[in-house]
Amino acid sequence: MNQKTTGKVVSIISNLVLVHVEGPVFQNEICYIFLNDEKLMAEVIKVIGEIAYVQVFESTRGLKPNSKVEFEGHMLEVKLGPGLLSKNFDGLQNDLDKMEGVFLKRGGYTHALEENKKWSFTPLAKAGDRVTAGDWLGNVKENWLDHKIMVPFKMEGVFTIEKIVGAGDYTILDTIAELKDDNGTLHPVTMMQYWPVKLAIKAYKDKPRPFRQLETGVRVIDSMNPILEGGTGFIPGPFGTGKTVLQHALAKYADADIIIMAACGERANEVVEIFSEFPMLDDPRTGRKLYERTTIIANTSNMPVAAREASVYTAMTIGEYYRAMGLKVFLLADSTSRWAQALREMSNRLEELPGQDAFPMDLSAIISGFYARAGIVYLNNGKTGSVTFIGTVSPAGGNLKEPVTESTKKAARCFYALSQNRADSKRYPAIDTLDSYSKYLEYPEFIEFAKEKLDENWVNIVNEARNVLVRGKETQEQINILGDDSVPIDYHIILWKSELVDFIILQQDAFDKVDASTSMERQKYMLEKMVKITRASFNFESFEEVAPYFKRLINTYKQMNYTVYQSDDFKKFEQEAAAMLEERMIK
Amino acid sequence: MSAFQKVYTKISQITKATCSLKATGIGFDELAYIHGRLAQVVKIWGDEITLQVFSGTEGIPTNAEVTFLGKAPTLKVSDELCGRFFNAFGQPIDGGPEVDGEEREIGGPSVNPVQRKQPSELIATGIAGIDLNNTLVSGQKIPFFADPDQPYNQVMANVALKAQADRIILGGMGLTNDDYLYFKNLFENAGILDHIISFVNTTEAPPVERLLVPDMALTAAEYFAVDKNEKVLVLLTDMTLYADALSIVSNRMDQIPSKDSMPGSLYSDLAKIYEKAVQFPNGGSITIIAVTTLSGGDITHAIPDNTGYITEGQLFLRKDTEIGKVIVDPFRSLSRLKQLVIGKKTRADHPQVMNAAIRLYADAANARTKLENGFDLTDYDRRVLDFAKDYSNDLLAIDVDLKVDQMLDRTWELFRKYFNKSEVAIKQEFTDKYWKQ
Repeated sequence: MNQKTTGKVVSIISNLVLVHVEGPVFQNEICYIFLNDEKLMAEVIKVIGEIAYVQVFESTRGLKPNSKVEFEGHMLEVKLGPGLLSKNFDGLQNDLDKMEGVFLKRGGYTHALEENKKWSFTPLAKAGDRVTAGDWLGNVKENWLDHKIMVPFKMEGVFTIEKIVGAGDYTILDTIAELKDDNGTLHPVTMMQYWPVKLAIKAYKDKPRPFRQLETGVRVIDSMNPILEGGTGFIPGPFGTGKTVLQHALAKYADADIIIMAACGERANEVVEIFSEFPMLDDPRTGRKLYERTTIIANTSNMPVAAREASVYTAMTIGEYYRAMGLKVFLLADSTSRWAQALREMSNRLEELPGQDAFPMDLSAIISGFYARAGIVYLNNGKTGSVTFIGTVSPAGGNLKEPVTESTKKAARCFYALSQNRADSKRYPAIDTLDSYSKYLEYPEFIEFAKEKLDENWVNIVNEARNVLVRGKETQEQINILGDDSVPIDYHIILWKSELVDFIILQQDAFDKVDASTSMERQKYMLEKMVKITRASFNFESFEEVAPYFKRLINTYKQMNYTVYQSDDFKKFEQEAAAMLEERMIK
Repeated sequence: MSAFQKVYTKISQITKATCSLKATGIGFDELAYIHGRLAQVVKIWGDEITLQVFSGTEGIPTNAEVTFLGKAPTLKVSDELCGRFFNAFGQPIDGGPEVDGEEREIGGPSVNPVQRKQPSELIATGIAGIDLNNTLVSGQKIPFFADPDQPYNQVMANVALKAQADRIILGGMGLTNDDYLYFKNLFENAGILDHIISFVNTTEAPPVERLLVPDMALTAAEYFAVDKNEKVLVLLTDMTLYADALSIVSNRMDQIPSKDSMPGSLYSDLAKIYEKAVQFPNGGSITIIAVTTLSGGDITHAIPDNTGYITEGQLFLRKDTEIGKVIVDPFRSLSRLKQLVIGKKTRADHPQVMNAAIRLYADAANARTKLENGFDLTDYDRRVLDFAKDYSNDLLAIDVDLKVDQMLDRTWELFRKYFNKSEVAIKQEFTDKYWKQ
């Protein structure tokens, strides 16, 4: 083994430490600083001559100059292998449940996986097979999911399987195969591998444009602004607009195999909510517990800032790992603004020339580089796997012109704008449909998909509903200017048709058992029903009849939303509404 | 003090808030005495140490005596803290004796998130604007957003007295002497002084000292919540003045300011304080109620903005000119943790009643706009306006003192008085039960 490079602490400014190094170091190399009997993990972020600037992932309280530093010879890495699911990690992939005591102990690093646990391994490849990085060697059951054991991503080139173990129980440290390279050298392979988080895992054949829908159960997303498998989206919103509730709803109901939630610099109690609710939640797709296919990365706002930056990369890397198994991964990061702020704090300490709002100049490049790691891929064996990514952004002062929102807008394909006005009037989820967009609606790939799966005219119906909302908004403005009685009755009807779509399609009660998630079948049924109503003409004597009539109608359809699809109650309310339509609709 | 303590006497640089000198073997964050004043190490650059002098550097000579204490700021914790008043350094200011106890570093480590418990205990305050619409939960952190002319300290003190906590800890930053005496008298008159501990930095003391107050208060809070399993309520007022002190220090240290000349680390700095709010599994809890004063109601300023992203909601006070009372604004106030208790620890109709009332109140705001623009009002408009006035007076005003069930009943009464069932649009099972003829 190579001699480790060592060094000594020279200067300390909060979590930026300058180290005088004796030997080679490389950018982003990990090192440990010795402080009494503790070891503080740090990462090299700049080198000038013999001075390495390192950002420390812990508090530096009490650290003195001349403390010893050891460099590890690798970048920040995560451990990948069976046992990642149902775990609560911090931003550096320490297993939080293995830590002792109520308070986080500085320098307390714990293993992400279990070294002694035996997994039941079934080989999928045989001796003599030619393999490359990412190819499946075997399968173990992780909870109930098929967890593929792969040729480590770090292995470059083509290998021949020299030996592979038979079915049986092994630990993640046992050698399960030996691979021979073209020079005849043998490489032992275990069920665990390491990967540096800041690099994308590229062990796949091809990365096409996203082409099929990822159902989330949230109507305003699925019906109006769909996200695709392997797609990217972001949710900017001022505080108090229901960003977190929306994210949790997405995590609970999205049609994905694996859910990874990165709580990045957000409130600890929100993470606790996930910790305590997810183990109880029934997985609507399997009847088991949602927790069994969830991994949580929790680096809350009071945990060290540098680890916050690492947390989103850790989450993405774990997502890419499961994608390589041919699974649908849904990754949520809340919030990417906190990550950007972590970058800003460090850039500030490094005394770099600042960009807008004191953020680093390369913020935009960093953000788009990260979003680019999502996507659907064809694996070497032709199967697909995907990482769908939705990040939240917390714009300072609710101003969408700030750098993080602007940079994200360039990178993400879907934009879900949370509106303060809608939140104030309790129209949840407070996504403003008209300000939001999904670029996927224009993808020919999606139009084809929708034709086949939903309706010949699906995209047109969606656009029609959208148009009803636009006209409603315009009419509202005119009524506000001219007054209720100075506009034609038709204006009131147009307005209330748009309210109908708003209340029945856009608004959804995340706390109601039934309404919280809507299947695509039901969404199609309801959207087509609403659009049909908005096409019809209605007969009113005076404008004062319009609002009460539509309120009754909305109330009935809302009750319908609260009932199980096609149940007796559902049909009862449907008939009630139909009778109401008879009263006023012109044939 | 150690016998080997070295005395330095050569100051190389003095600014308004910091002094620098050459010294070795010094740890980051360590305390020092310079010219008899307390200071803290904020930067180590080779052998040059920069000290932040809490009380300012006025009159410090270049040959001032400097001694290092070899430790970060600490507080001695024990039951003796109860009923006492301290300054930002944890020294008594009530004329009483020094407190004896275990010496603990302030600003200690964070709670492991998996060791937290989900908050689930309702804190009743009797104020309907809070209990009905923005219910508080133990382990929550929530500030009042208020303009300086609003009675936020009084409302907060009222909440504290009604909340039935085992221990109340006041962290006063930049309190005027009058406000300090107000709290002191109030607590004394309520006869609960022995439940209360106060750390106070008044406007008479230097602003930078304030930076220690929240950590002092929260270190005491952790002692009672963790060691004694108590329900602790921490009051922090005014966090805007705390943030101002942060910006003074960062400015003096030549850091590049971000939005509103606040330091780039403002979010993390505030989060470190607010995230001390926690529910422990053993029953102890720390709840933080803070005050963030606004300038002209502007919540987009960096201080309220960052605070809003950290805290679990905010309580917004506003003067309702129509009824002439201060109310808890139902639109801009929010308690994020209320979902954990409303309809669960309170009556099942609570969430729907709350939302329906606020929706109708919003309709009233629209009707008022119409009225102001000189348009004719519909019958519905007139009814929502009347409703809003009653609702504001009977429920939102801060002088209301009711039990939660009474608040719900009162709201149902107002619904029935002004509306029909479809206008209120509440799930049928609840209207069947509570829409009394």
